[in-house]
Amino acid sequence: MVDVFVGASNTITSMGFSTAEHVERIKANQIGIRIYPGGNLYPTPVPLSLIDGPRLLDLFRKCLNKTNPDLQLDSFTRSEMLHILSISDVLKNSGVDVTDSRTLIILATLKGNMDLIGEKNRPPAIEPDRVYLWKWGEFLASFFNSSNKPVVVSSACVSGLLAIVIGSRLIKAGKFDHVIAAGGDILTEFAVSGFQSFQSLSPKPCKPFDAARDGLSLGEGCGSIVLSRHHSMCGIPEKIVVAGGSCTNDAHHISGPLRSGESFYIAIRRALEEASLDPLDIDYISAHGTGTDYYDETEAKALSLAGLERVPVNSFKGYFGHTLGAAGIVESALAIASMRNNELLKSAGFENPGTSRHINVLTDHTVKELNHCLKTASGFGGCNTTVVFKKI
Amino acid sequence: MIEDLIYRLKREIISELDVENMTPEELDPEAPLFGEGGLGLDSIDALEIVVLLDQNYGIKIQASKEGREIFYSIRTIAEYILAHQKK
Amino acid sequence: MKFQDRQVWLDGIVEYVSEVGSVNDLFRSVYRYYHIDYPKFSKMDNLCKLAFLSAEILLQGTDVLQKYPAERIGIILENASSSLEYDRKHLESVNDRNKYFPSPSVFVYTIPNIMVAEIAIRHHVKGENAVFISEQFDPELIYHYVSELFRNQLVSCCLSGWVECYRDHYQSFLFVIEQKDKMKRCKGLQEYVTLNILNVERLFKGKPI
Repeated sequence: MVDVFVGASNTITSMGFSTAEHVERIKANQIGIRIYPGGNLYPTPVPLSLIDGPRLLDLFRKCLNKTNPDLQLDSFTRSEMLHILSISDVLKNSGVDVTDSRTLIILATLKGNMDLIGEKNRPPAIEPDRVYLWKWGEFLASFFNSSNKPVVVSSACVSGLLAIVIGSRLIKAGKFDHVIAAGGDILTEFAVSGFQSFQSLSPKPCKPFDAARDGLSLGEGCGSIVLSRHHSMCGIPEKIVVAGGSCTNDAHHISGPLRSGESFYIAIRRALEEASLDPLDIDYISAHGTGTDYYDETEAKALSLAGLERVPVNSFKGYFGHTLGAAGIVESALAIASMRNNELLKSAGFENPGTSRHINVLTDHTVKELNHCLKTASGFGGCNTTVVFKKI
Repeated sequence: MIEDLIYRLKREIISELDVENMTPEELDPEAPLFGEGGLGLDSIDALEIVVLLDQNYGIKIQASKEGREIFYSIRTIAEYILAHQKK
Repeated sequence: MKFQDRQVWLDGIVEYVSEVGSVNDLFRSVYRYYHIDYPKFSKMDNLCKLAFLSAEILLQGTDVLQKYPAERIGIILENASSSLEYDRKHLESVNDRNKYFPSPSVFVYTIPNIMVAEIAIRHHVKGENAVFISEQFDPELIYHYVSELFRNQLVSCCLSGWVECYRDHYQSFLFVIEQKDKMKRCKGLQEYVTLNILNVERLFKGKPI
């Protein structure tokens, strides 16, 4: 039986450029969602969580100077800079050799180079083909001299968490020893206007599971995490494994969730079964929790069906919004950090329970021994994805 | 007046929502638009009607709060437009 | 099954050929040829129409939907262009700030996994699902990933293959994989063949097994 250990991680959002920085800011009760006044991303004011652009350029420039000083900054897109920075960070903090034939890069995204979809205003140094997700993936993998074609996953908002599930399965299949699971999305008018057409954006920073919730907040993000069959290569002293995972489909509607929570519950149950755990064994849930009426309600129902209504649960989206392709990875990284620190972080934006089934939303940062964590995600297209992380 | 608006709305809804095999004459203005029976429209269709009302009539609606009543039937939509359209 | 170059093949035999018309006309005529009645078809983007038609034709010839519970059937697909056609259509709708009316029924089709959803909804398929993006059809990835799903008993049956559509270029290749007698078979020609990378590649290219 192969164990798949999780290791070093990196998290980039409006809240910082490392997982540790995120934990620090979360504990200081900071949030990264700000009212964007209106401009290129959307004509009128809207809360968004945007990565610090100047700091990104500065960090990327330093990163490039160390590894490829001959390359120009303008030959990289924003999404590519984020992913290179993120993956470089986890490689630096683990023993994994990304050029090894037994190492795979898995990339999760909704739109990759979202800013290249419109054919005008393409920077001249960027080939038009980089709008294709396979080309974007190839570009990233070849930057790291990976021996393998990367796997690119695009399954809406579960993509990031699904990348961890897929990575774990491919290691267990014996095909690879190590996986760098990375994911991210930038924000452009494409995404903001699209979600607005669904009237799914809140006019204020989002409030997952709260009675006054009225929509999600979009965020840009990028994250990566090491998965390996060898704990010694992971880069963290704790032995935490991907113990179970599942991805089901509601088979109900292309954009709205199956509101009974039934299919989401099956994904939870399957991950628990694979991990050989009972609901009572789960110490903490890092939920999808976007702040929308139906999705939060559906998730609460699913958790309740699974007998998890008492387990402390949070959503990180109240801090840095819904980061689309990054969400499953950045939130898993923070969940694992919580397990490593034996610390529960409160769910930002939550004041009063707002779901028909009670769930135990964290309202304070607390100390607690955490051995088993459930991470969930769901998204357009009826996908529900779950992972169980277990300390061994 | 309202009958003209109803006819116009029927044509717009059939066109914008890709309703197949239905002429404006066949579309009953009193029939429920959503759920079983009637046209069986769904949540995305409701949001498309929101866009239609904004684009063609200058009226903005929050589908989740007001949609249920306003979008009950073509007639209820027409009545809402007449009551709220800026002159 | 395969659908490309204006022809539909099922189990190695050409079932339908269309000489003229646009991609839209072609998809509509295939829809009618197979006597499909599904009002939501006309709302789909072409990528989803292609995926929907391909699954419909493939499944008409099998009993897998009756044999296996919904949660035990998976859908694992590959694609190259994602939803680029509708991505561009959505972006055009927000080009002009004076005529700013983004449409939810366009935006919803700007992610490639909606094609999985359309198949899942039509056929009540609720199991493991994923969309991989690859420049060309990658039989190795499908083989390794789907084999692992079977090995862990996460699925009893899987619909898999390649669905690609961007403007005038369309190509689909779908096949059913089932676990029979502890060996995975994929429905290729008129009989079951063992699931391995070579067989999948041969089926895709229309070569003999």
